[in-house]
Amino acid sequence: MELRVVNHPILGPAEDNGTVEITVDGKKLTAKKGEMIAAALLANGIRIHRYTAKRHEPRGIYCGIGQCTDCVMTVDGNPNVRTCITPVEDGMVIETQQGYGTGVETHD
Amino acid sequence: MTEREVVIIGGGPAGLSAAIEAAKRGAKVLVCDENKRPGGQLFKQIHKFFGSKAHNAGVRGIDIAKKLLKETQESGVEVWLDSPVYGIFKDHTLAVLHDGATEVIRAKKILISTGGGENALRFPGWTLPGVMGAGAAQTMVNVNRVLPGKRILMVGSGNVGVIVAYQLMQAGAQVVGIVEGMDHVGAYGVHAAKLRRAGVPFFLSHTIVRAEGEDKVERAVIGEFKDGKVVPGTEMGVDVDVICMAVGMHPMTELEWMAGVHQEFIPAMGGWMPMHDDNMETNLDGIYVAGDTAGVEEANTAMDEGRLVGTAIAESLGYLGKDEAQSAKDEIRKRLVALRQGPFGERRLKAKEAIMQKGAVR
Repeated sequence: MELRVVNHPILGPAEDNGTVEITVDGKKLTAKKGEMIAAALLANGIRIHRYTAKRHEPRGIYCGIGQCTDCVMTVDGNPNVRTCITPVEDGMVIETQQGYGTGVETHD
Repeated sequence: MTEREVVIIGGGPAGLSAAIEAAKRGAKVLVCDENKRPGGQLFKQIHKFFGSKAHNAGVRGIDIAKKLLKETQESGVEVWLDSPVYGIFKDHTLAVLHDGATEVIRAKKILISTGGGENALRFPGWTLPGVMGAGAAQTMVNVNRVLPGKRILMVGSGNVGVIVAYQLMQAGAQVVGIVEGMDHVGAYGVHAAKLRRAGVPFFLSHTIVRAEGEDKVERAVIGEFKDGKVVPGTEMGVDVDVICMAVGMHPMTELEWMAGVHQEFIPAMGGWMPMHDDNMETNLDGIYVAGDTAGVEEANTAMDEGRLVGTAIAESLGYLGKDEAQSAKDEIRKRLVALRQGPFGERRLKAKEAIMQKGAVR
């Protein structure tokens, strides 16, 4: 089933602003121009955004409006980017964040 | 450091309404909003509002937002987007992140209209990807136009729960059920009826026991809920990929705490919140509150509280005569009382009356 809502009964058809290419964990994916990273990932079936520092547990979208920071990922080398409020850009490189995204994966 | 006449923190329904009102009377207003567009959470509200004609009955939230944005522009209000206010210090000084650098602003009058946040339920598995706030699901489907999943369980049968569940269905998802701890549906009958007609089961006197799944939600386990406990042996599993929580909201009051505004715990308004007088002014001179940060209600009350603040600020800055201000404020106050009627509203009306009595004591 397609998760994108193409023809919405209230909102009408989605605007077509073209697409951009993003790379997620080394894999090239198509995103809609201007959409939030989290939305692009969801539409491509990706739900895990990061693993926590202490217990290495998966986390995904939680609040969707930039408040909770659960959905942060490493974007173009910068860790802790809130993917639910950051729009995709052509050529963007997105990685599942490990811990604090500092390269030090464990916190003991 | 720059000086400003009025700074409004948060450009949702309350903040924008206050900005428009104050600017209309001649005040110079700056709105700081941390998001990339103003309008707050109105854009995801695609349902038609209730209430009287004066209160946008029959108009969708998204259309109210568009109207507010247009009026904001026309009234000459300055809006800084992508600009979180992260500090509030003595003498009305604010720290704002703007264009990647901190701006320190001293304002004559400050309105804190930072809105509310969703409450969470903690149960085993609640941190798995796929467990999210109902508001997050609503943002995904109505703003980002991507369904959060295919099979969805909603926890909470209040207005948010049933409205979001219905909107997810409208967009093509399957809602497998609504779980409600109480023995009755919390939402207005007209919203709940839409789901009932569509055959969505309501699990009353039930709660979520746990979420299961390897690295994301695959199953929800629910059970009968009695006297604050799950009745043993009543657990049952249902395959889902999303569990939404719609279990109330609380005022977001970080800046009020930081400023030293007097706050109290008011259950009817969602928890800790700032005390304010009948102009929405707090115990700190020139610091006002409006909207969900001043007690969780809905967008119409937020807008009228905002207008009340805008009028009160214009008056205190000398842009509006005492008599004219009085009649304008009385009219808004009357509308607020009208909004706080009915089985849900009366509790809030009583709470607000008590808050204003406390808030009037400086």
